[in-house]
Amino acid sequence: MSLMSRNSMRAFMLAGSVAGLAFAAPVAKAVDFTGAGATFPAPVYAAWAADYKAKSGDSLNYQAIGSGGGQTQILNRTVDFGASDAPVAGDKLAAAKLLQFPAVIGSVVIIVNLDGIAANQLKLDGPLVADIYLGKITKWNDKRIADLNEGVKLPDLAIIPAYRSDGSGTTFVYASYLAAVSPEWKDKVGVATSISWPTGNGAKGNDGVAASVKNSKGAIGYVEYVYAAANNLVTAQLKNKAGKFVSPSTPAFQAAAANADWAGAKDFAASMIDTPGDTTWPIVSATFILLPKDPAKAEQSLAVMKFFDWAFANGGATAEKLHYIPLPASVTARVKTAWESDIKDSAGNPVWKK
Amino acid sequence: MSDVAVGNLSSAPASRHRGFARGEQASDIIFRGVLYAAGILVLTLLGLIIILLFQGGLPVLYAFGIDFFTSSAWNPVTEKYGAVVAVYGTIITAVIAVVVAVPAAFGISFFLTEVAPPVLRRSIGTAIQLLAAIPSIIFGMWGFFIVVPLMAAYVQPALASTLGVVPVIGTLFSGAPIGTGILTAGLIMALMILPFITALFVEVLESVPPMFKEAAYGVGATTSEVFTAVSIPYGRTAIVGAVMLGLGRALGETMAVTFVIGNANRISASLFSPGASIASTIANEFPEAAPGSLKLFALLELGFLLFVLSFIVLAVARVLVRSRLET
Repeated sequence: MSLMSRNSMRAFMLAGSVAGLAFAAPVAKAVDFTGAGATFPAPVYAAWAADYKAKSGDSLNYQAIGSGGGQTQILNRTVDFGASDAPVAGDKLAAAKLLQFPAVIGSVVIIVNLDGIAANQLKLDGPLVADIYLGKITKWNDKRIADLNEGVKLPDLAIIPAYRSDGSGTTFVYASYLAAVSPEWKDKVGVATSISWPTGNGAKGNDGVAASVKNSKGAIGYVEYVYAAANNLVTAQLKNKAGKFVSPSTPAFQAAAANADWAGAKDFAASMIDTPGDTTWPIVSATFILLPKDPAKAEQSLAVMKFFDWAFANGGATAEKLHYIPLPASVTARVKTAWESDIKDSAGNPVWKK
Repeated sequence: MSDVAVGNLSSAPASRHRGFARGEQASDIIFRGVLYAAGILVLTLLGLIIILLFQGGLPVLYAFGIDFFTSSAWNPVTEKYGAVVAVYGTIITAVIAVVVAVPAAFGISFFLTEVAPPVLRRSIGTAIQLLAAIPSIIFGMWGFFIVVPLMAAYVQPALASTLGVVPVIGTLFSGAPIGTGILTAGLIMALMILPFITALFVEVLESVPPMFKEAAYGVGATTSEVFTAVSIPYGRTAIVGAVMLGLGRALGETMAVTFVIGNANRISASLFSPGASIASTIANEFPEAAPGSLKLFALLELGFLLFVLSFIVLAVARVLVRSRLET
């Protein structure tokens, strides 16, 4: 919690108590609600929580302990909501009586360290990147890379792939992309929050991967766009499903969100990996919230839903400032419908009412 | 974990209490009870940790049996787990650390006890103690941001062009100079266990009776001869114990190793290549290990293995150190 948010909270409480004295009107009791899980969306949740607290007085205590930890905590109901980068399987959700919905969208970008290569200058495509991480392409002047980059001088330098050593949603999303574009990747390596990498070396966290790439010439890595944008890393273009090369940018991520099949997705786990569209960035994914369908304390769950309702309506600018992508309005409308129909208090009445 | 092993914690001052037995008061009995409880608390905690790790790792033994200890797989996608790569990385990095740190510790400790003028002795002694006070995460960050680029740019190419061309051991120093890897992890750890081993060596060398050394000097021995023929043989067992304590400390080192080891579940002949240790694997995988997953059980089993490994090393070390210091 930042000092500023605490100060603004104090200012708010002061204003509230003054108003209370003046009008003797009952002031709604502030609710403290808790969440735990994914680290990737933690900065935007914190920013939203600060704004929301200033507005409503309710305060969110979010612990960024990792998606696995978040799932454990919500399974044990020790927090009001869990957060996970990778969507949880449908049968697990059903067994644990959890509703899963997306909160915000992020994307993964590829970064490189090559002399004389500027940001978004190098062009790569999915199968090529998969082969680099499979250890089949080992030099930067390989014919397949050169063919995509006519006019760019590529050095006779070994490619050093870097990856996340810690289990992470970023790896899950990145591996999903590689599996979508390379059958060999799908067979040999597969998709999970941490995988058995055939080559390269691992570093902890986005900052670790970024520093690893920075440390060695000829390195390639993947980080969340949030991190690449904030640190001005040298990103590469990728060829999307439509066959067009795109640079990572907010409109390209929004195109992916708009082109995803939200209506057909179970538990909101719509894939935004390699989606169609000329301007679509191919590695985009949502991060998810897990909320009990049978909350023991309905008022706590209501506070969670009110918070996200506020964030969907008013948090877009904050999210974009931090380089996250807000959900399309059509999706947030679906989420609210799911709240109304799925989350019931002990008497069987819907907790969320419009 | 290993910090506890320093010093003699278990000498029972029971004989001193006897004098008070007659006039023993209620407050004394209560105080004694509190002390007993404090002592038993440690044993209980240790026991509970062992039980938790053992029980937590059981499902993985049911799933893979003895294969868990012989398989080099670590694949969360297919849910195949084995401990070999992590155990190998743990032992190799710890051995590199000890091999590098022990000669340096010998030099420093003998310099401090025999050669150094008092002013230098105090300042170097303090500097070594300060080295021990640096948190391991700082070593990790320093290693990752400063040492790794230096290793990649200078040390590894230099090693590759010298030791790398020697037959047989050459393969140890071959491969792409990435900077991270087993060797870098071992070197950083050497620095971390150096103050610890040095402090124990100093203690051992100071326990050598001056008469022995003076007798040696008296018959015309040089400083180096006194060192090799008197001091080291006298403290031999305790020195081996001190080395083992350093090894035990290196086995469980987590943060610094995770930063620089390269974190790859592969065994390679080259020391330049990335690897993994038990502690680094747990640090990396634990936060995202889903509840009830085989991965979580495998990590707990790895934790149990590390516990057993450290326990054996430290137990041997304690026996060796004490055998000499107590006589």
